[in-house]
Order: sequence, then C-alpha cells, then structure tokens
Amino acid sequence: MSAAGKSIDERFSARARKLVKRFPLHLIIVLVGLFWMTPSVGLLVSSFRDARDVASSGWWTAFQLPFQFTLENYADVLTQNRMGPSFLNSLIISIPGTIVPILIAGFAAYAFAWMRFRGRDVLFLFVVALLVVPLQMTLIPVLRLLTDMHLAGSFPGIWLAHTAYGLPFAVFLLRNFFGGLPRELLESAYLDGASNMRVFFRLVLPLSVPALASLAIFQFLWVWNDLLVALVILQDPAKTPMTVAITNLVSSFGTQWQLLTSAAFISMMLPLVIFFALQRYFVQGILAGSVKG
Amino acid sequence: MVKAFPGVFSRTRRQDINRRVRVLPWLWLLPALFFIILFLVYPTIETLRLSFMNQDSSAYIGAENYQHIFASSATRTALLNNVLWLVLFTVLATGLGLIFAVLTGKVRYESLAKAAIFIPMAISFVAAAVIWRFMYAFRPEGFTQTGLVNAIGTGIGLEPIAWLVEHALPYIDVLLPGPLHTNNFAIVAVGVWMWTGFAMVVLSAGLKGISTEVLEAAYVDGANDWQIFWRIILPILSPTIAVVGTTLVIQALKNFDMVWVMTAGNYGTDVVATLMFKEMFNFHNFGRASALAVVLLVAILPVVLINIRRFRVQEETR
Repeated sequence: MSAAGKSIDERFSARARKLVKRFPLHLIIVLVGLFWMTPSVGLLVSSFRDARDVASSGWWTAFQLPFQFTLENYADVLTQNRMGPSFLNSLIISIPGTIVPILIAGFAAYAFAWMRFRGRDVLFLFVVALLVVPLQMTLIPVLRLLTDMHLAGSFPGIWLAHTAYGLPFAVFLLRNFFGGLPRELLESAYLDGASNMRVFFRLVLPLSVPALASLAIFQFLWVWNDLLVALVILQDPAKTPMTVAITNLVSSFGTQWQLLTSAAFISMMLPLVIFFALQRYFVQGILAGSVKG
Repeated sequence: MVKAFPGVFSRTRRQDINRRVRVLPWLWLLPALFFIILFLVYPTIETLRLSFMNQDSSAYIGAENYQHIFASSATRTALLNNVLWLVLFTVLATGLGLIFAVLTGKVRYESLAKAAIFIPMAISFVAAAVIWRFMYAFRPEGFTQTGLVNAIGTGIGLEPIAWLVEHALPYIDVLLPGPLHTNNFAIVAVGVWMWTGFAMVVLSAGLKGISTEVLEAAYVDGANDWQIFWRIILPILSPTIAVVGTTLVIQALKNFDMVWVMTAGNYGTDVVATLMFKEMFNFHNFGRASALAVVLLVAILPVVLINIRRFRVQEETR
C-alpha cells in the first residue's frame, strides 16, 4: 500500500476516486441533517417575521431581499401572553426541582454503594423497578395528597412531586457511579477519622462531578420540559411554567404562528444553550438515562 | 455525629466499612425513602384501589371501570393508537437511529451530523408539537400554503391535506380502515423526529465499543460491508438495541404531551394517557381515570421485569 512509488498524480486520482465513491454517503448524511433541522429552522425564522408576512407566505420565502425581520413577536409574547412570567416560573420550578432530588438521591446512593445493611440489594432492585412506573399511576393520589397538605397549586407542591419523580433514576445513576469510586481512597479517609458526612461532601461528591453534571442536566431538562405534572398539580394560572402557557396559547391562538413560534423558541433557548455548552455531559446523561421512561 | 470505627477496616471488604453501625444506613436513606413511599409507592397502590371505585371514590363498584374501558369505542381507539405508537414509533426510531449511527460513524464531521439529528431531544414535546403543527399547517385549496408539508404537496400537484384532522387520505383510504387514522401517522412522525437522535446516540456508543480487530478480521476474510453489518455488528449490538427498544416502548405507552398539544386527542388521535387526563379533569371520573392508569402500568410491567433481569446480569458481571 506504500505510496512511495506512486506519482503525485496517481495518489491524487486515488483520492478523487475515493471521494467519488463516498459521495452518496456524504450526500445522504447532509440531506438527512438538513431534513432534520428544517422544522426547527422554520420555527426560528417565523418567530422573527411580521404577523402579516407569516400569515400570507411561507417562511422559506423570507430569505428574499429586502429582509424584513422584527423582534416585535418576542416583545408581544413576553408582555401580553405571559411568556415573561412563565419563563420565571419555569426557572422557579426547575432549579429546586433539580437540586433537591439530586442531594437526597446522593445520600441514598452513598448508603447503597458504601454501607452494608439488611435488605440493601432487594431495596435497590425495587428502586430499579420504580424507574419505569408510569407517572400516570401516581397522579390522582399525589394530587389529593398535595390538596390535603394545602400544597396543590403551589411551587413547594410541584417541587415535592418532581423530587419524588426524579429520585429513582438519580439514585440508580449515582449509586452506580459512587460504587465505582476507588475503595482505597474512601478507606484511608475513614482511617484518618473522617465522618461519613465529611467523606460524602469532601470526597465522594467532588469526585462525582461528571456524573452529577450529567444527572443535573437530565433532571433539569426533564422538569423544564414537563407538561403533565404541571398541568395536574399547578392549576394556578399565575404559576404556570412555559410548557403549560404555550399549550394554552396553542388552544386560544392556534393559527397565530408569529406568537406561537416565538413563544416556543423562548422555551427552547435554555435547553439549546445547555445542549451546545455541555454536549458531552448531556449525551452521557442521555446514555445513562436510557433505562428511564 | 456518628464516627466510623477504625477497627472495622482491618477486614477491608468494601461492604464491611460500616457494618457495625446498623442504624446509620437508614438515616442516609430516610429522605429518599420518605419521598419514594409517599409519592410513588403509596399512590401506585392507591390508584389500584381507586380503579375499583366509582367516580368520586365513595363506593366500590367492582370491575365496572374496566368493563367500561374495554367496551367503550373511545378507549378501544386509544388502545389501538397506543399499539400503533408502540410498533411504528419504536421500530422507526430504532431503525433510523441505527442507520444514522452507522452512516455518521463513517465520516469525519460525525459529531456535527449527529448534533443535527440529536437537537430535538433537548426541547420539550410542547415545543416540538408547535414546530410540527406549523409544518402541517393547512389552508384550503386556492390559498397560499404556509405550512411546509402542504406547500411541497401542492407544489407537486396534490391537494392540500389537513394532516392533523384528516382521518384518511383520499388515495389510501382503503388500506387504512377503522381507527388507524392518518393523522395518527402524522403525530407518530413527530415522535420519530424527536427520538431518533436518542436511539442514534445510544447505538453509536455501542458501535464504538465493537473492537476494530473483529471488524478487520472480517474484512481480511473477505466479508463485505453488508455482511459485516448483518453478521457481526447487529448481533453484537443486539443488547444495546434492546435497551433502546424498551426505552422507546415506555415512551410510546406513556406518551401524552405530544398528542395533547397537537390535537388534544381530537379526531381519533386519543391515546390512553390523554384519555385518562380527560377522565380526570373533564369528566371528574377518578375511578375510570385510575383504571386507565392501571392499564398503562400492566402494559409496562413486562419492561419492568426485563429491566430487573438486565440489571441483575449487569451486577453479576461487575
């Protein structure tokens, strides 16, 4: 295979042949990629178009000169259609809905990974089984429970629910990661007289940053993108997250595409930023999450 | 603060570290167990009980809710739609994911190509539903089509189609009798658009795990790409395909958001989850809603068992 004896021309034509042979492959990949992106691009373009343009022509015609793009739709949905407050609500719901379950799951995972007690393996197997129990199975009693506790329709109520729903997966993922930490390291810490608390906060958590990052991204997006739990538990219109607000917008302004597209894009912004900035952790979270329903 | 006992560690088996401290593990588990029992275990049992009670849970009515479910045409449609999701969505997303995983693995701009397909995974079903409602937007004949699908359709001379309303296309009506409405296919396509990226990423990670030596040995023995795919890659990848498949099956069964935002379950697109929501909030029939949830649970139960078995095998090989 050595190219030493070949002239530059021969090598060049070999490369050209390879390129021609692989052309269909490249073509397919590029076309599929474009095909997959097109719907989202359509949304993005329409969100910057004037209401009359959106109603009278397809978004693909917007690329003709003179360009006529506007930020008006965003100003409208943020102020008139409650997208601004909803964005804030989504944050208020998602941030504790991410931190609390991870912390609680961390404690449990530490016990599962590094402590010995009766029924440990059976209990953990039970958690694995709970991973895929459909949410629907719990909604009615949880709603009643929260109503009895006067927490239905409140932020603490939905924090509690998301904490519980996020726990099985978080415990599962963290236990597997904690269990893989080097035993000698933890043992020497115990020998030095460190308490479990100290080992957990000073050793286990810092060593588990990659797993924690993946888990945090996964849980945050899960809560941020959730519609069903919010629909059931947070009926108070002043507290609705963006998913619910957009759903309401769809049913009342189903064809006002300039509003719907900009509202949808506002809700997509944060997930997209996370996706592009933390793609590696994001993908790892997805890989680990392939057991969760 | 409970201190660990240094004496324990002379017998350094990992699990022995805290053997002497019997109560301690339960203190660490307490918060998690509290949430799991109160918000997952108790509600599951309670829903099971409610499914045998009347609409406001004031009296037991035996299996009446279940009889109603299997007798009503609305539920039959929903169940059939779930089956359609189960089969079509799972097969298409897994199949396309596998194809894209193999193809993108062959080029240098792999991560870019994968990102394009994977992005929909990051956004909500609600946003995806808005995106595709817009793609499917319908105007009567003679008006400018602003939805891309109908614009292309009318561009090549077809009539515009109300994709999310239409029960059947004029041309293939005969092939799709009864509840297999075409609008369901339009919504399933959105699900495939969202989840193919997931299948692709998981399968691609599996592909990377196949040793190159095995593949090179096959090439040396004269196998072509096609044979290598079917005889080597596919068998090695089958456990990963199973993981992807079960995840997608669960998604297909629990599917709510997408249908809810795209059609609210109208025009014959209801699935079990949307029907349950309607029983809860439109009809305030908590008995029937619970029974529908139980149907979902029973459908998912095999997946639970598969997961447990897979987990046990994993633990043994750790």
